[in-house]
Amino acid sequence: MAQFRTCPDTGFAIDLAADKLIKWNAVTAVVFLLVGGLFGILVALTRWPAVHLLDADLFYLALTAHGLDVLLVWIIFFEMALLYFTSSILLKTRLAAPWLGWVQYTLMLVGALITNVAVLQGESSVMFTSYVPMMAAPHFYLGVILFAVGALMGCVVFFSTLYIAKRDKTYEGSIPLVTFGAMTAAIIAVFTILAGAVILIPTFFWSLGFIGNIDTLMYRVIWWGLGHSSQQINVAAQIACWYAIAAILFGAKPLSEKVSRTAFLFYILFLQLASAHHILVDPGISSEWKIFNTSYALYLAVLGSMLHGLTVPGAVEAALRKKGYNRGLFEWLRKAPWGNPVFAGFALSVVLFGFLGGITGVMMGTEQLNIIIHNTLYVPGHFHGTVVVGTTLAFMAMAYWLVPVLWQKELVFPGLAKWQPYLFGLGMGLASIFMMGAGTLGVPRRHWDISFADAMMVHEFPAAAYMMMGLAGISGVIGGIGGGIFILNMVSTILFGKAKVPAPAAEEAPAAPIGGAATEYGSASTLEVPGTFVLALVFLTAFVLYYFVNWKYLASVWGMS
Amino acid sequence: MSEHDSTHAGDGGSIPFMQKLLDSPFILLFIGVAMPTVIYIIWGVMEIVSIPVAP
Ligand code: HEM
Ligand SMILES: [Cu+2]
Repeated sequence: MAQFRTCPDTGFAIDLAADKLIKWNAVTAVVFLLVGGLFGILVALTRWPAVHLLDADLFYLALTAHGLDVLLVWIIFFEMALLYFTSSILLKTRLAAPWLGWVQYTLMLVGALITNVAVLQGESSVMFTSYVPMMAAPHFYLGVILFAVGALMGCVVFFSTLYIAKRDKTYEGSIPLVTFGAMTAAIIAVFTILAGAVILIPTFFWSLGFIGNIDTLMYRVIWWGLGHSSQQINVAAQIACWYAIAAILFGAKPLSEKVSRTAFLFYILFLQLASAHHILVDPGISSEWKIFNTSYALYLAVLGSMLHGLTVPGAVEAALRKKGYNRGLFEWLRKAPWGNPVFAGFALSVVLFGFLGGITGVMMGTEQLNIIIHNTLYVPGHFHGTVVVGTTLAFMAMAYWLVPVLWQKELVFPGLAKWQPYLFGLGMGLASIFMMGAGTLGVPRRHWDISFADAMMVHEFPAAAYMMMGLAGISGVIGGIGGGIFILNMVSTILFGKAKVPAPAAEEAPAAPIGGAATEYGSASTLEVPGTFVLALVFLTAFVLYYFVNWKYLASVWGMS
Repeated sequence: MSEHDSTHAGDGGSIPFMQKLLDSPFILLFIGVAMPTVIYIIWGVMEIVSIPVAP
């Protein structure tokens, strides 16, 4: 029989089995963030021309390990914790089949370890995309496959828990919006993993010698069904965190449940089709396929993101105005708790994701414009804007709330925590901007030495490109230190944190238990959020300007006289 | 279309179609897997397979 404890902070009834699984997944995630982050710093220090730390072999090894450990292992372990949290705890039910949860955990851990060993042995520096005909050692693919099967088991546990909660009527009407967002992530995850299985299992047999040849274009098309969709799991999970944090900190309700859920539905329908933007310059595939999947579908998915981008800050504004921060357009924003890392991480994640990740993503997803930046450092610049200052920062913000609550311990370094989101967010945000700058000047991604010191054919990059690379290196290291501080704080809190004293009820006594709003269905039933609309207009202006500047820029790439 | 799913919550038939859809995880799961499988993977693979082989 499932056993529960009552959380003194939130009043949630927490299934002990879910509690344990969430903790193990979250801790493992953070450990791999450390490993992958260290590789990231090594990579950054190599691409910083004045430092050029690693030799070529080690550079590609580190780049492979960096991509795998942060993009797959850190993020997906954390997402497993989120799936269990948003199903079992927010729906106030027991977790379905905790044993299967442990199968998930074990498979993912063993898989991650096997793949890391393969990479460190040095015969598998194929980068996380593992494009054929580059061949890695068989256990490289085997590890990734085990990891993916584990993640699929996590999704099974999640959907089964939804089913049990509905059957046992632990909630009324619809599931809470945060759980709905997590469900969107889980749905995309199922497609992602199936696409991965279709391509990686044959590739595994190819590396063993049982299959003679894998078609390179076939590989790229199906692999990106996995590679792109997995990023959309992150987007959905990160937005679920945004709604959760708004609800937890301010009791905020979405402006309209209908609109927010429809926006998630757009994700379910269209986000995965946008995988085609990775194939835009590949020959052999028709423009119809490319344009249908990237333009028509991608724009509807982007519409979903813009809706969330409006309704998340809108929900916060509505909630704060209700608390009396009503003066002018922005009193609510000025008086927001900027010193609380949960809020700071959340706010930076919303803004930086929109400006750095979102706007640039739409530009790159346009067939004609893509060619300007294809395979340049602009691409890593773009996705450090999505998956680092967007997703990773949102998950950090969530962890600042979740870890003290689940472990019932005080943060060990609250002072450092105050600064950490800014250090990490701005450091990595700048790194992302400078990488994009270098990419615009033509600097390729995944390139060990742009000075071509030992090459037969050389290309001279402008001095500005070297400056951008140096600045990207410096900001990357600053961001890396920010990431390190997060890990230090989490690990020390879990290991040595002082037990929380039950909050003295006198102080500000919250009317409803904190977090309650995250478990309910209901809209804020107001659209009086003028501040948010002004911010949205600023965003739209930047978006439109940037988009058209790039068309202008494209026109100057080829002289037409 | 979606009448025979897990949404027999008991509130009768007055729930709007969209809400019923959004309340049905398994239908959404089906759509979310089927859409990209057909439009992205199957269509894409068909195009690759029909590229003529060099003589
Ligand atoms: C310590 C902070 C980090 C630093 C300094 C950093 C820096 C870099 C640099 C310089 C590159 C190489 C670009 C190239 O040569 O093509 C890179 C690649 C990459 N980074 Fe990071 N990064 C950091 C954190 C992260 C995080 C948290 C994620 C994901 C959640 C991430 C995901 C990636 C991916 C997927 C690649 C592409 C690898 C490839 O091309 O195969 N990075 N990073
Ligand atoms: Cu993509």
